[in-house]
Amino acid sequence: MPFDFTFTPEQEMLRKAAMEFAERDAAPKVEWMDETGETPTELVKKMMELGFGAIVIPREYGGAGLGHIARIAVLEEISRISPALGFCLQIVHLGQAPVIYFGSEEQKKKWLPGMAKGELIATCAVTEPTGGSDVLGIQTTAKREGEHYVLNGRKCFITNVHISNMHGVLAKTGEGPKGLSFFMIEPNTPGVKPGRRENKSGLRGLNTGELILENVRVPRENMIGGEGDGLRVALTAISNIGRPGVNGVALGIVRRCLEEAAKYSKQRALYGKPISELQAIQWYLAEMYVDYETTRLLTYYAAWLRDKGARCDAENAASKYYSVEAAVRCAHKLIQIFGAYGVMKEIIPQRLLRDAEVLCSAAGTQEIMKLVMFRKALEYSK
Amino acid sequence: MNIIVCIKQVPDPREFSKITIDPVRKTIVREGIQAVINPLDRHALEEALRIREKYGGKVTVVSMGPPQALEACKEALAFGADEAVLLCDKLLAGSDTLATAYALSKAIRRLKPYNLILCGNETVDGSTGQVPPQLAEFLELPHVTRVRRIELVDDGKAIVESVLEHGCRVVEVKLPAVLAVVKEINTPRILSVFGIVAAASKKIIQWSVSDIEADIGMIGLEGSPTRVTDVFTPEIKRRCEIFKGPVEDAVKQAVRRLREIGAF
Repeated sequence: MPFDFTFTPEQEMLRKAAMEFAERDAAPKVEWMDETGETPTELVKKMMELGFGAIVIPREYGGAGLGHIARIAVLEEISRISPALGFCLQIVHLGQAPVIYFGSEEQKKKWLPGMAKGELIATCAVTEPTGGSDVLGIQTTAKREGEHYVLNGRKCFITNVHISNMHGVLAKTGEGPKGLSFFMIEPNTPGVKPGRRENKSGLRGLNTGELILENVRVPRENMIGGEGDGLRVALTAISNIGRPGVNGVALGIVRRCLEEAAKYSKQRALYGKPISELQAIQWYLAEMYVDYETTRLLTYYAAWLRDKGARCDAENAASKYYSVEAAVRCAHKLIQIFGAYGVMKEIIPQRLLRDAEVLCSAAGTQEIMKLVMFRKALEYSK
Repeated sequence: MNIIVCIKQVPDPREFSKITIDPVRKTIVREGIQAVINPLDRHALEEALRIREKYGGKVTVVSMGPPQALEACKEALAFGADEAVLLCDKLLAGSDTLATAYALSKAIRRLKPYNLILCGNETVDGSTGQVPPQLAEFLELPHVTRVRRIELVDDGKAIVESVLEHGCRVVEVKLPAVLAVVKEINTPRILSVFGIVAAASKKIIQWSVSDIEADIGMIGLEGSPTRVTDVFTPEIKRRCEIFKGPVEDAVKQAVRRLREIGAF
């Protein structure tokens, strides 16, 4: 299949809109977010008003149906300015994914229009202290009581938990891989309580915390897929939406690193000339350029496959594996280029490094990515 | 309230540092430079959309340019314009501001009835600011330039605030009129995803010179009384001289020096 992911006029307009939002509205808040660890809810609201939350929701359910390349373009532009806000948006999309991919017609009609408008923002609550990569290790239970399930448990590292009004939750309805089910908990359901806010080193303006579920009664019709389908629902959502979303954020960081490095090395003079004329700096820039182009190609390629309806788990994993390490690598090189200035809190390089580090374990660790890629690699024996 | 908004596609000001001038053709090399709606035209469009949101009506965007200007028209539709007209014809190539204003006036006459014509005060590429007043003259309409506030009042009139060098003037203008706006008038909205989707079903009308029944002698190079004889990047030489001593003496020395080098 020939590759072609040239932006359509719509995708290009959307990219420009995201860039304008990021530079005009988000940029003034970035330092404050990093200092306080607060999520600017007015910016989240603005993103929803602009329809950034509706990009992957099909048009028949009130969304824009613009697809995955469009999504990555928006995430790249926003994350170039604020990786925390870009990540927040990508989790808004992740929260929609179980309904988009596995929801019944009734469920789609019930929730997707509200999600497209940004009136419903859902988490995707999978991880627990006893299970993230080892999903079967989770302990949250869902016990059937007539036409309801009663959920009890404690989720951790849940993105957007304090700013969401809906929660997608993976819980045990039995034992083993078929003993997991996925539920959508609607707004104002008793027993749902966001818990501790995490104090992270990076992506500080991104809300992350615990989700406490105490005797939460969820109607049976809010189960996504059937009983026992939970693992497939959660993993598909994470693979199709969560991982590429992380890659979009990483791409924004890599691009910002390259831009800042190029700008600074042309301005900063040492030995009577700009440091861009020093070979050591030239090599850093060349390496960052390769990282940007490679991250870009891998990320948009996987998004393009997804838009074509092709399975792309391994491509998403490869993109995630490469892009987050590229982000860390580039941020580290940016610090080297800036010298001592690179670690000053009021200058950007150190923040980009802290933000990039958080991506490594998001949506599956690098080791999980290797497992996914390994399975694909074995196919080459044929 | 039917509003016409004139827009022009221009090189993205963010990429001005990349712009070079073709030494032979004396034109901007546009390859590889992103194109956008002229920034002040976006303010004009925003004002039109706000007026429509308040009073109802229709916003029609008119542009003159090569086929690539369809992108700008499409973007204007995504911002919320109801209809877009692109005046596109090889015969229009080389038009100066007068010929452009004439051609636009011929197109706008076809769009009657209208209550208001809004333009950006000037474009970032030409920066002449001549088109809006010339357009008004061709349409035999009143015009106000450098407009920072528009208030529609009864009897088909508008109260308009216009920015001057040392203040502002408030004028009452009978509609229809041509108003050329400055950036202080509003903060343009950002494109929304839903606007982009809606634009797909909106129409861009393309007109040629024959559609607007323009006089061939008044358009293109032939119809342009001005000729660009040279375009070049000015050489900027900076030097620094420090005048010491009491302030009054230092100022006198500085003024004397500036006179010597012909700065006054």
